[in-house]
Amino acid sequence: MTKYPTRMGDGHVIDMTADELKADLIAGSADAADRGRIPPLKDDEIDFLLDLFKSNARVVGVDSGNEVVLTHDIGTLRLDGDQGNSGVGIPLSRLQGVQVHERAFAADTMELGHVDYSWKPVKPIIAQEQQALENILLSTIVPIFYGAMPNLGTYYAPDGPFGNPSDLLPMGKIKEAREAQELAVEHATRDIVYICGKLAEVGADGVNFDTTGAAGDADFKASLQAVEQLKAKHPNLAIQVGMAGEFVLGIHGELEYDGTRLAGLYPHHQVGLVEKAGGDIFGPVVNTNTSKSMAWNLARAVTFVKAVTAVANIPVHVNMGMGVGGSPVFETPPIDSVSRASVAMVEIARVDGL
Amino acid sequence: MGVGDPYGMPIAHGVAAGMGGIRTAGDLVARMQLARRMRLPEAKAYVADKLKISVADLSEVTVMREMREDLDIGVITSVPGCAKGIEAKIRIAELLGISINSVDRLKAKMG
Repeated sequence: MTKYPTRMGDGHVIDMTADELKADLIAGSADAADRGRIPPLKDDEIDFLLDLFKSNARVVGVDSGNEVVLTHDIGTLRLDGDQGNSGVGIPLSRLQGVQVHERAFAADTMELGHVDYSWKPVKPIIAQEQQALENILLSTIVPIFYGAMPNLGTYYAPDGPFGNPSDLLPMGKIKEAREAQELAVEHATRDIVYICGKLAEVGADGVNFDTTGAAGDADFKASLQAVEQLKAKHPNLAIQVGMAGEFVLGIHGELEYDGTRLAGLYPHHQVGLVEKAGGDIFGPVVNTNTSKSMAWNLARAVTFVKAVTAVANIPVHVNMGMGVGGSPVFETPPIDSVSRASVAMVEIARVDGL
Repeated sequence: MGVGDPYGMPIAHGVAAGMGGIRTAGDLVARMQLARRMRLPEAKAYVADKLKISVADLSEVTVMREMREDLDIGVITSVPGCAKGIEAKIRIAELLGISINSVDRLKAKMG
């Protein structure tokens, strides 16, 4: 029986028969459907994905006319950063990095970010960031975001002023852990609103909250509060909210936004809260399981994201970086897998962007 | 999109599914998503209507290259005399009928 080369979730090459591929596609979609209580992919969609995986093409592409808008988490750090961000260490200025993306990579939008890529460290150097942004806005054409992570972890000991829930919870100090998170929410909201307000003052097109919810439900709450307050002050500042994972971890467990408990929300419910808060673009995340095939992972990711685009009233730019959105967990992602994930998200999930 | 080396992430996605930025009309469609929260079909239709071309031509480089040069809204190669940076964005804001924050700021500075 013919075997087709494909990959596991960690990127290494395996061979699978058409029956094995189809079985994994169905199982991956069923897993998403079960967890999210959403519809699985239809037979014709499974067949479309099967054809993608059976294709010998090194790179595949969407049908002409179906192209989508690209936004860029991590921004220029992929050029001048270290391998922690898959950066390639080219000593370019951030202005040059944006120009390279605009004019050499044909980026539809681009992003400026601080090397730490968290909001909190930007606060003491905000004037520097405003200055860099001003120069970029004068000399480039594409919409420019400023991106960073809410990263509530930076507000917990030893890096921040509040007790660390990861230390407190194992000691059974649930009340103290919750109080620390509630304090961190208020401080992070205040910091993010201050920073983004300064970026709006110099003409930023938008801001990108990347890996929202990485520190759990408190992280997501701080982000939603910040979006709401920013939109009230700066309605022309576009706000993109990209998630950290497919499922909001309930590290606090009781936090709510607009009457909805945040812990346990899957992407198709996350998007509604982002819309209510005032977000303009939503970035759902579906994590890659390294122990499963890419067929299983991609079908699962597309099933989750299709449920998002079915209910969204704002553009959906699915997160497609290493280890999410049907891409392998490998920091130099294989382009056969990346391009297949691109096609599946566009042609089946009908995303508005990547 | 997110983390990954430039060849494996932005270039791969761009080739597979990207609109093409200022090679084509990718920046213009993106502007409508940011300015009006438009989903992709609506944003593409809006821009195509403003440019008086088909939606499919928005990603067609042979159409958009000439159109961008004619409209003087910036082209991807370095052409002396063509609008650069904020010069192009002023024209894009007028073309699309939207506010662009950096353009508004420039106008405010000009008094």
